[in-house]
Amino acid sequence: MSAALLEVQDLKMHFPVKEGVFQRARKVCRAVDGVTLSLPAGSTIGLVGESGCGKSTLGKCIVRLHQPTSGSIRFMDTELAGLSTSSLKPHRRQLQMIFQDPVESLNSRHMVGEILAEPFLIHAMGDAGWRRRKVLDLLDRVGLPANAAERYPFEFSGGQRQRIGIARAIALEPKLIVCDEPVSALDVSIQSQVLNLMLDLQRDMGLSYLFIAHNLAVVKHVSDQVAIMYLGRIVELADADEIYRNARHPYTRALISAIPQPDPRHRQNRIVLSGDVPSPINPPSGCPFHPRCPHATDRCRAEVPALRPAPGASGHTVSCHYDL
Amino acid sequence: MVLEVRDLVTTFDTDAGTLTAVDGVSFPVRRGRTLGIVGESGCGKSVTALSIMRLLPQPMGKIRSGSILFDGKDLATLPTEEMRKIRGGRIGMIFQEPMTALNPVHSIGRQLSEVFLLHRTRNEREALQMSVEMLRKVGIPSPEIRIGEYPHQLSGGMRQRVVIAMALACKPDVVIADEPTTALDVTIQAQILELMQSLQDEMGMGIMLITHDLGVIADMCDDVVVMYAGRIAESGPVQTLFSTPSHPYTRGLLNSIPRLTTPRKSRLPIIEGMVPSLAELPAGCRFQNRCPYRIDACSVQPALEEVGPGHRSACHRWRELPSLPVSP
Repeated sequence: MSAALLEVQDLKMHFPVKEGVFQRARKVCRAVDGVTLSLPAGSTIGLVGESGCGKSTLGKCIVRLHQPTSGSIRFMDTELAGLSTSSLKPHRRQLQMIFQDPVESLNSRHMVGEILAEPFLIHAMGDAGWRRRKVLDLLDRVGLPANAAERYPFEFSGGQRQRIGIARAIALEPKLIVCDEPVSALDVSIQSQVLNLMLDLQRDMGLSYLFIAHNLAVVKHVSDQVAIMYLGRIVELADADEIYRNARHPYTRALISAIPQPDPRHRQNRIVLSGDVPSPINPPSGCPFHPRCPHATDRCRAEVPALRPAPGASGHTVSCHYDL
Repeated sequence: MVLEVRDLVTTFDTDAGTLTAVDGVSFPVRRGRTLGIVGESGCGKSVTALSIMRLLPQPMGKIRSGSILFDGKDLATLPTEEMRKIRGGRIGMIFQEPMTALNPVHSIGRQLSEVFLLHRTRNEREALQMSVEMLRKVGIPSPEIRIGEYPHQLSGGMRQRVVIAMALACKPDVVIADEPTTALDVTIQAQILELMQSLQDEMGMGIMLITHDLGVIADMCDDVVVMYAGRIAESGPVQTLFSTPSHPYTRGLLNSIPRLTTPRKSRLPIIEGMVPSLAELPAGCRFQNRCPYRIDACSVQPALEEVGPGHRSACHRWRELPSLPVSP
């Protein structure tokens, strides 16, 4: 495995929650609460969890759309966590993002050609003719016709808009792309088209992906490692195949059993968790998962479990007091 | 059979002319069984549900022809007043986004009581008592307290339980659920699906479940209807349809979804292109532009033919399909 492109150490993102007449910040929302992960160049880490688990916030911290509260983000040997906006600019070329809803991430008043040329303008690259050639090349790479450059985003279908979003993200030939639910809003037959495109681009350009999604089957398909998040923390991290074969954390097991499989011969026994995901403003004591965990003990209610190596496979870590 | 849709045609008047969103769709919903309707955006699955409930957007949406038989009546032509008695009473509805199905300015108790007051009792206290019981049945903790709360105070999963309580309040014969778990998290989806199944076991209603998720279909349904661009591409018992899909669209969909058993980072077989818009449908089979097995005969619409017991497909080449290569 090559050297790590991205190293995140004990990253925390706490948001003040303003309350009362004077809007004083009395409470803290611990959206991301001590995340550590490492991503080798050219590989993909999948980030899975339910709404409010902090997966999108973590992604936004890494591309520095948020200024993290504490912790470290080392990207290509530079510490990004404390950098000012101006000193970030050269690094932004290497670090891009793809959003769930391509409509909202594309300027509806600009033609696709202008949208795709903008990254080059911002970084003062080439002349008009060069940029025009680059735009046509990008459209070709993501499987859109050349005449797409003279059309507006609303003229395209959801899948095509996501292709435009991908074209913009790869324009500056970045090293890392944070993909926040890139296929969740797409129809089934379009999802596989976009996933194939993303895998092709990764192979051709040596891209690394941080792939955020709630669909575990999709995440497993594209990822080398998978991290399961719950209430701002990683509760389990392992190789993609290992985590599905050998899930250790009761939350991971419940998540896997809850995905409906498209095969009526295997109507599996769902592990149905009771209750909802607790709020990150007022997280439970001890292990954040204990109120929903079928195996919880007094120790789980009192003591936060550390992320520790799971017995057996190397690189598999789990945050549970017990070997279940 | 509690409900039967026969040759339903539903159209919309738009600036671009009259568009046919549902074009000759027929299927039965049976007591105690779940019928799944699956398809991608624009296939007409939700319009079919709205047609049955007679909730088509007015004045654009119209049922052009066909019938919807329920309890000896044809819902397609029933007077509005009579339809109102059936809707929410003997036919219940569950929608995708519980927040839009619930009224934000009325308490849970008031909204649920309204259903009982409309269909079951005139006594308000009794209605409230029935509401508490119903909330308990759908697994809402401390329902006596919850009836005083407002929709925004509940989580998404709890709100969907309230919507299910409303849909089942009057012990309906049929429940129409349009993407009931799409907006929910995976573990909450599991809770809601489990709840719907156990309530069906107990109350014996027929469920018509509309979804784009083939996993949910495989998990929940007895029979499936696959829709494409307003028509039925294939229908049949769930086991048969998943084991021997007999329409290239069904087969393409099943092959294209990544599963936990798919080798990682392998190329997924895809369906090329995208769903045609209703304004520019090809003559003949509507899937032909995306179909890898297109032949000249496809410019004539194939009939929905019986290909096995209870199994139908609208493809000229269904007989050869098993021998045709998956991704040519």
